[in-house]
Formats: sequence, structure tokens, C-alpha cells
Amino acid sequence: MSFPWAENYAPKNPLMKWVDEKLPLPRLVYNAVGAGYPVPRNLNYFWNFGVLAGIALTVQIVTGIVLAMHYASNADMAFNSVEGIMRDVNSGWLLRYMHMNGASMFFIVVYIHIFRGLYYGSYKAPREMVWLLGVVIFLLMMATAFMGYVLPWGQMSFWGAQVITGFFSAIPVVGDPIHTWLLGGFAPDNAALNRFFSLHYLLPFVIAGVIVLHIWALHIPGSNNPTGVDVKGPQDTVPFHPYYTAKDGFGVGVFLIIFTLLVCFWPNMLGHPDNYIQANPLSTPAHIVPEWYFWPFYAILRAFTVNWFWIPAKLWGVLAMFGSILLLFFLPWLDNSPVRSANYRPAYRIAFWVLVVDVLILGWIGKSPAEEPYVRIGQVAAMYYFAHFLLIVPIIAMVEKTKPLPNSISESVLHGEAEEAAPIGVGSAH
Amino acid sequence: MLRFLAGLVGLGFVSALFIAFVMPREKVEPSAAHEYHLPEKEVKFSFDGPLGTYDRQQLQRGFQVYKEVCSACHSMKLVAFRDLEEIGFSKPEVKAIAKQWPVEVPSINPDTGEAATRKAIPSDYFPSPYANETAARAANNNALPPDMSLLAKAREGGPHYIYSIITGYQSQPADLLKRFPDAKTPTGLHYNPYFANLNIAMPPPLVADGQVTYSDGTKASVDQMAQDVSAFLMWAAEPKLENRHRTGAAVLIYLIIATAFAYGAYRNIWRDKKH
Repeated sequence: MSFPWAENYAPKNPLMKWVDEKLPLPRLVYNAVGAGYPVPRNLNYFWNFGVLAGIALTVQIVTGIVLAMHYASNADMAFNSVEGIMRDVNSGWLLRYMHMNGASMFFIVVYIHIFRGLYYGSYKAPREMVWLLGVVIFLLMMATAFMGYVLPWGQMSFWGAQVITGFFSAIPVVGDPIHTWLLGGFAPDNAALNRFFSLHYLLPFVIAGVIVLHIWALHIPGSNNPTGVDVKGPQDTVPFHPYYTAKDGFGVGVFLIIFTLLVCFWPNMLGHPDNYIQANPLSTPAHIVPEWYFWPFYAILRAFTVNWFWIPAKLWGVLAMFGSILLLFFLPWLDNSPVRSANYRPAYRIAFWVLVVDVLILGWIGKSPAEEPYVRIGQVAAMYYFAHFLLIVPIIAMVEKTKPLPNSISESVLHGEAEEAAPIGVGSAH
Repeated sequence: MLRFLAGLVGLGFVSALFIAFVMPREKVEPSAAHEYHLPEKEVKFSFDGPLGTYDRQQLQRGFQVYKEVCSACHSMKLVAFRDLEEIGFSKPEVKAIAKQWPVEVPSINPDTGEAATRKAIPSDYFPSPYANETAARAANNNALPPDMSLLAKAREGGPHYIYSIITGYQSQPADLLKRFPDAKTPTGLHYNPYFANLNIAMPPPLVADGQVTYSDGTKASVDQMAQDVSAFLMWAAEPKLENRHRTGAAVLIYLIIATAFAYGAYRNIWRDKKH
């Protein structure tokens, strides 16, 4: 696919040879995640997270399909059917807690994956399409997670759906009819629950499809790397298999250990107790908070508290919340510094770490009640968020004096030393 | 051009936030609920911690408290009599408990088809003390006693919160009334600083030592009964906790070994490549 020195698929097994002649699927796999895909040799552990996101999606799809066999998407039965899964379905508690916490794991690894891309400039040419498809996947994930959270029909399911679908009524003039049309009623009820279930089942497969495009687009230029320097020759790369399959194997092990700790020992740590109360349209919870992975965006939504420039505060909030994600689509062109990796961009590097802290603060504010001092802290944090992407990063790209880049990946790894030490079992002086 | 437009949009958002930031805030009046609310009490349960298990004797005592005290007002719709086998009751004992339950199960008269009731059997869920929400509110000064099936997971602090509420009733502090004369607990409500708004509709459920008589000889102090029933409600909300802890321990042992091997394989494969 990507580099001329990529290994060619030469099936040894006669069956694979037979299949490959009729349908070159083995060849496709070999070139995508086998020895046929040359990858920069210097990737660090942050490059494990793409594979981990794929694992998380697989866990969600497999557990979700089985859960759907036992779940009743009816406003009167949904809550009790989930409790039936927890109590009476064989290992139902395991499936349900895996699915619940699997969503959190999916977002944790995807957030790390996104910030990896931001730090090392993976969104820049020639990988803009990879980044754009990634933002599409992220939006689909958010829609899927939101609708999935509604399905158990607990108090937070219901009131979260009430708040989030309420965004559409902020649209001027046609907002209310659109809101009613989307929900199939004036408030979330059976009609909304059924369409959410239908879409929640559909969207993961759409995500899987976009992931195929994401990886396809990635394999045209090949993976970025911590130096951000282009691959120059065969000495810069190693075949994906066995080098990165082995490294990903270790990464998957660590991922599963953390996942197990959550599922088996702290399954409700990331959830909200109110969702163990059945939805009640007549009783509003004291604090409506979304799931943790939406806290930063919820903080941005609530930071806009005044009407300004003839736009009402609520519409500002909704525009800003969607804008905070949509602006990522423009990032490859907002940041036109030719240097990718923040390791060689001292000013951008500082801005990056401020952004990381800023998003964590936004998360904390999104979880906190809408009172002082939280509101003002949230407003400052939201200011930085928008300033970072729309003002600071473009300006840094224009004025920054970057550090000298290494000539090649292999040079940055070897520092002029001999190429290879002897493999294990051959006796090494090392 | 794109960067210019983006800068304008950025300035728009930042200015809207800046205006919002400098807007003066309404002064927030201090409230009694805010200042006198207490976090739940520290109490040790056998199921705390990653390898915790339920104490069957305690669960049975807690069930007795539920049966003799709580169940007069609180339903537990998601738990069936048959589930009691999990906390150490034998099949005949469960059958007897179901049969002697003071509330009967709605049914029909097999000859006429008219609405009727019958005695509970092990496959029935606990019958509710009130026919519906209206009846429950009518009998409780318009307050609704929550269903107890999931109570221990539906409150921040879980069983610790339940224990704190049961043992947390007290008379209203004098300085509270001095500072917030309007915050006097209304008649029909009860002051309890562990409850979010300080005034709970439920009267103190456990008032005297020996209110229930434990058959295993444990002294039924109020504190003991409160702990027992909190533990029982945790079991009712999370009956598979022990399976979960056991599964977790086994899976972790397996994964740690497998991951150690995976790490070894990774190091070995990369042995000939500096990176």
C-alpha cells in the first residue's frame, strides 16, 4: 500500500493461495495489519490507543447485541427489563456492567487518541482526511452514547434526554416543531425511547464503517510518529506484524486489566445513582448531569449566561457546544505550521498542555452545580478553549520559532550507533 | 481567509463569555439545608472492598427488620421470595415466608374471574403494601415511600447513607433556628441532617432496642438493626456482588499473567530493533 519496500503477500498455505486468487481478502488483511504495512519504528505507547478504541467498539457491539436480546424498549418495561438482566439473566450483570463501563473505556481511549493526534500534529497534511473521519467517528460516538444512556429509562436517562433534545428548541423559529418531530412527542416518551433504541443499534455499525475509511485513509500516507518527520526509507520502518501486533498485545492486556477493575470492583463509580430510580416525568432531579464524558461540553453549554449580540444565551450555549467539536474539522487548516510534533514546537507545546488542563477543568465544572465560583471558572475555561483553537493556535503557527528537526526517524532513534543489536538467543554484548 | 473567519468566530465566543464573566451575580442567601447537611456516617460492612462478601446471618437479620418494620410502607418490587434462598434460607423456609406474608398477591377468582387475592408463593415478587401511588401517598401525609429494591444503589453513599438516615434523627439544633427562623421543621416532617433538605417525611423507623427479636441471639440494638437492614438492602440492590468480586479476582489473575507474557513477547520481538 504505502511504501515501495512493503512486503508483498506470498501465501505459503495452498488454501490461502486458493482464497487469495478468488478473493484477495488475505492480501488486504496482510497489507492492513500484517507484515505488509510498514510503520515508523519509533512509535510510543500513545500509538496503542487506536487499536484499543477498536477493541472497545467490539466489546460494545458484542455485549450490546446480547443485551438487546433481553431488553424491552418500552417506556413501561425498559427499567424493569434492565433489572431483569441484572438479576435473572445468566451473567446478565456482567454483560450489563461491561456495556455500561465499556462506553466509558471507549471514551477514555478515544480522548487519549485525540490528544495524541493534537500533540504530535497527526491532523496535518497529508493526514487531514484521517483527522476529518476521526471527528465524524467522535460525533457518531457521542450520539450513540447519549441514546444508549436513555435506554435504561432511569431518572438521568429521562432528564438527560429532556435537556439534550431541548437544544433543538433553541433553533430560532422552527425549533419547537423540529423538537417535537425528533422526539415523536412534546417530551421524551415511548416514541422517543423506541427511536433511540433503533438508532443506538444502528450507529455502532456506521461507526465501524467510518473506522474502515479512517484506517484506509491512514494507510495512504502511513502512520505519523513522535518526531513528526516523514518516513524516508526502509531503515525508518518496521513491519506492523510482528512488531506492533506484539506491542498492541501488551497494550490490550493493560486495557483489559483496567476494564476488569471497573466492571468487577467499581461498576457504578462512573455512573449516577439517580439512574437507579425509574424515570418520572413529574419529579426533576436536584442536579441534572450527563455522563462524565460529556462534562466538558456541558460546561461550555452552561457557560453562556447572557444574551449578547442579539443572540439569546441558550442559543449561544448550544452553538458553542456544537461549535466546540465542529471547529476540530477546521484544525488542519487553522494550524499551518509545517512542523508536526509538539516536541519541536516550544510555544505550541505549552498551549497544548494548557488545553489539557483546561479541558479537565471544564469537565470538573460540567459536573458541578451551576453556582459560584463554578460558573465563573467555567467561563474562563471555555474562553481558553475557543481562544486556543481559533486564535492562539493559528497565531502560534505564524510566529513560532521551531526547533531543528532530526534528519530522519532512524537517525533520531539510533543517534549514529550501529543499526541492530543481536536478537535473543544469539548472544549479545548489549 | 479561513483563519480570519475563525478568529472572528473565536472573538465572538470569547466576548460573549467575557460579558457573562463580568456580569454581577445575584447574592446567594445562605440556606439551612446547605449549611447543616451532613455527609453519611462511617460504618464498616462485610461487603466493602474489592473482595468483600455478604454476611448471610446479617442479611437474614436485615430481612427480618425489613419484614417487620420497613415493609409496612416500603415496597420491594424487584426482589422475589425465591431470591431469599441466596441469603441462606432453605426452600421450605422460603415457602413458609411467602405463605405467611401479611400482604396477599393480586389474583383472580378461578371460578368467576373477579379480582381477588391469594397467598404468595416463592416465585412471586414481594407484594407491595399499597395498591398504587395514590393509596401510598394518602396513607403517608402525601409523601411516597420509595421502592426499596434499588435504594442502596440509587442514593449517593448507598448503604452508608441508609444507615445514616435511620440513625440520624435528632432534634433541630438551637443555633439553626436562631440563624434561620423560617427553617423550622414543619409538623409531620422530621429533622434529619443526613437528608438533603434536612426534613424527612419518614418518622424514625427504629426507635427502641429490641424492636425486633433476633432468632440468632444477636442483641437488637437500634445501631445493630440499622446496620443489618442497610446490609440487606445492599444485597437486594446488588444480589450478584459476590459473583462479581469472585469473577473479578479470577479474571485479574489470568490477565496479569497473560499481560506479563505479552510484555515479554513484545520485548523479545523488539530485541533487534532500537526504538
